[in-house]
Amino acid sequence: MHDKISTLEDARRVAIELGLLEEEFDTIVSILDGRIPTYTELGIFSVMWSEHCSYKNSISVIKTLPRKGGRLLVEAGEENAGLMDIGDGLAVAFKIESHNHPSAVEPYQGAATGVGGILRDIFTMGARPIAALDSLRFGELDSDDANTGRTKYLVRGVVHGIGDYGNSFGVPTVAGEVYFDSCYQGNPLVNAMAVGIVEHGKTVSASASGVGNVVMIVGSRTGRDGIHGASLLASAVFSEAAESLRPTVQVGDPFAEKLLLEATLEAIAAGVVVGMQDMGAAGISCSTSEMSFKAGTGMKIDLDKVPLREASMSAYEIMLSESQERMLVVVKPEDVKAIQAIFTKWDLQAAIIGEVTDTGRVVIDYHGERVADIPAKGLALGGDMTPVYHRATKEPAYLKEVHSFVLSKLPDDDDPAGTLKELLGSPNIASKKWVFEQYDSMVRTNSMYLTGSDAAVVRIKSTTKGLAMKTDCNSRYVYLDPYRGGAIAVAETARNIACTGATPLGVTNCLNFGNPYDPEVYYQFKEAVRGMGDACNAFDTPVTGGNVSFYNESPDGAIYPTPTIGMIGLIEDISKVVSSDFKKESDAIILLSVGESNDKFDGLGGSEYLFQQAGVVAGHAPECDLDKQAALVKALVELADRRLLNSAHDVSEGGIAVALAECCFAQGTEKQLGAKVHFPLVANGANRVDTTLFAERQGVVVLSADRSNVDEISLIARSFGLDAHVIGEVTGDRLIVRDLIDESIAELYSIYTSTIPALLGEGEPVE
Amino acid sequence: MHAVKNVLGQPDTEFVWHKEESIGKDVDLVILPGGFSYGDYLRTGAIARFSPVMKDVIRFAKDGGTVLGICNGFQVLCESELLPGVLIRNESLKFACKEVYLKVERDNTRFTSELERGEVIRIPIAHGEGNYIADADVLADLEANDQVVFRYSTAHGEVVREANPNGSLNNIAGIINKEGNVMGLMPHPERACEHILGSADGLKIFESLREYFTVTETVA
Repeated sequence: MHDKISTLEDARRVAIELGLLEEEFDTIVSILDGRIPTYTELGIFSVMWSEHCSYKNSISVIKTLPRKGGRLLVEAGEENAGLMDIGDGLAVAFKIESHNHPSAVEPYQGAATGVGGILRDIFTMGARPIAALDSLRFGELDSDDANTGRTKYLVRGVVHGIGDYGNSFGVPTVAGEVYFDSCYQGNPLVNAMAVGIVEHGKTVSASASGVGNVVMIVGSRTGRDGIHGASLLASAVFSEAAESLRPTVQVGDPFAEKLLLEATLEAIAAGVVVGMQDMGAAGISCSTSEMSFKAGTGMKIDLDKVPLREASMSAYEIMLSESQERMLVVVKPEDVKAIQAIFTKWDLQAAIIGEVTDTGRVVIDYHGERVADIPAKGLALGGDMTPVYHRATKEPAYLKEVHSFVLSKLPDDDDPAGTLKELLGSPNIASKKWVFEQYDSMVRTNSMYLTGSDAAVVRIKSTTKGLAMKTDCNSRYVYLDPYRGGAIAVAETARNIACTGATPLGVTNCLNFGNPYDPEVYYQFKEAVRGMGDACNAFDTPVTGGNVSFYNESPDGAIYPTPTIGMIGLIEDISKVVSSDFKKESDAIILLSVGESNDKFDGLGGSEYLFQQAGVVAGHAPECDLDKQAALVKALVELADRRLLNSAHDVSEGGIAVALAECCFAQGTEKQLGAKVHFPLVANGANRVDTTLFAERQGVVVLSADRSNVDEISLIARSFGLDAHVIGEVTGDRLIVRDLIDESIAELYSIYTSTIPALLGEGEPVE
Repeated sequence: MHAVKNVLGQPDTEFVWHKEESIGKDVDLVILPGGFSYGDYLRTGAIARFSPVMKDVIRFAKDGGTVLGICNGFQVLCESELLPGVLIRNESLKFACKEVYLKVERDNTRFTSELERGEVIRIPIAHGEGNYIADADVLADLEANDQVVFRYSTAHGEVVREANPNGSLNNIAGIINKEGNVMGLMPHPERACEHILGSADGLKIFESLREYFTVTETVA
């Protein structure tokens, strides 16, 4: 392919083919002072201005999220990942990112490289990854639909890919979530989160400072994989024809990443790195322009010096390759030898490819030809020449219909025990052991092996501290009420963190939505972000970063709006960590809650119960008073800090009945404890059995404690304006709820654990 | 490293780089840890076995030095023929990370003196290729010589198929050589050395070794 394009009109045609808009092409020409762009330049613009890299349709909205306060050290967008202080001279870096479309096209590599990419974001800052989490959403596993086979293929491939990458790399995958809903049938979601620890002052910036410094590419060679991953795959609605996009998916090499991690951290510790950025989306194009822009410098790069997998690659291909396990490093000339020695020790490439200049331009030569010469501020996120759009919004038409659902038309539940079993066996609630046992959750010996806990806790060696972490989002709530659903996603994560005794610190988010050019989708986006922002303010958890994934649609329509929340919490003394399972016979069971609300759906709106019994996702999302939620979170932290609790478990999908069952069998088959409880039917509803047992009211936590602690717990609850009632005790080996449920824990557990292996067509050896 | 150095209290514990030619002098114990040597893209442990340092590890073992291989380390020991048999993919064809129960078959080794024969311990596994196989002769030989140290069992010590997480022949989780100085096991004792992480049963293996070397040194 010739790089020079002869006429402006030819160039315009190429630009459109690459996914750029007419007006964007005009802007490009003006950025280049009227010159006809080269083919390589159009390629660079098309990836850098893609939704995935430029955030052009989302940046104006996500800027409204709270990005200051708390223990924040590095603000969102300033570096590859946010950074928060955790004391003892340490900081935590964490971030979540999507790899949805690659995983839909090629589940194993798509998911694997999603994990690899987010890990690099963490260690490129100098932080050592200590944990990974994954939030996964697929189509229905148990429908009669002909597509179920493909869904199973996707689940197996994604889980295998995540496991193989994380396990080999040596980071424990400690938590996550898996949901199944038909809205994700054609467009599954794979959101990967990584968490790392770094000493204050030992971080490295993704900045190319120091004119005359040397630019090096380190790690793996550059190949033809992943070209246009960011633009054509991630930033467009895709169809059944997406199979043809498989070459745009990168191929991962976790062992190379492990070597890259060790070499990178060794180089940073040796003090020979000026700046560094990992190469993910848009490869060399992105790292050269963003590092230059951040430092206010430029770069001159000679592509002939880039180590290649195939000699015949064009400049365009080299600039757009998303080959994994590579970093761009800026080094002082006198430190080049030291860098090369370190990378050679780890059997990795470290090649000089250019130098830092003062021109403010990214200049690329190949085979003696100038193939690109573009101002960095015309490419990089935040540059004043890059496009920013404010999209129109329109309240979605479906909202009226779903809100018009009338609960009283639904007959009350006359077989609560049967319903409980159905819920425990539904794929969204059933144990995901089949998934997480394929992940190494313990490597590095820091995972506090809590058999069933609301959030994972990872201890920090050489301190008494631990970090709690979790991802959450109930997208049905966001679909029903984008604002409230966004707030609930944050609140639920915060409650989960606080149930372990940890104080929520900060949030990273992965905003998965449909096509932003659809005003109804954009309404969902804007409202959900507004809800998240208000909730983050209520919990004093600033947003440290994340990513936006638009175009999550299939021919059947957009996915439910899914703003996945990743949250980090800090617990000062890990001996105070609380897990979710009941611990001993005759402990008191206490319901701690934010009290009555005026929810006209009594917490059944958008519930799993409603979906299962009536086959609908309807009503309003449950009420969520943020002030009360914040009080609940504080109370949980205080109760744990005073060592008053033996267990704490947040009520979510499936309501109190499911939560109680989970408390009983969280310890597996070894030491199961039963419970006998009695509580009144909900007063402000119609005294229904279903709203009592299966409603998903926000802000209800099941506690267990020594009887001698009950008074103190009540006192503390009251001081936070919360209700705390003893509803029963831990006893026997059955779950007994009023005269409504009386079931053996062993049977409930068997239902809970057999669903997923059975649906995925694999009989698992019984433990 | 953390388990031996900090939990067990052995400050002289050091990593040896795989490209070194020698493991160094005055070494009591070599531990080949878990991991994914060379990514395990080929057969597990098959390339690591040729790491420069392995020559000296093999020399050390043949001279009677104490060697413990955990997970990938066990695989490397089998590839190096310091232990018989081989580890193939789990029967389920899936990676498995979970706590399992092990029945202790030998308490008269330097690795297990702090355990009781017949005792059941709880230790995690985390592997994709832990399915131990060997020729019928080799297996018969192993059993006849009492070289099986740990077997997967139920919490009550029943060695049954249901308790076997990977398909290993005879539920084998760990074996020792005839001389008694080289042991390999798939489960991770170093991950079960602190109650805060769920179990401290694995520490007993390291305590056994500490005891062995303390006594040896006293006698010497």
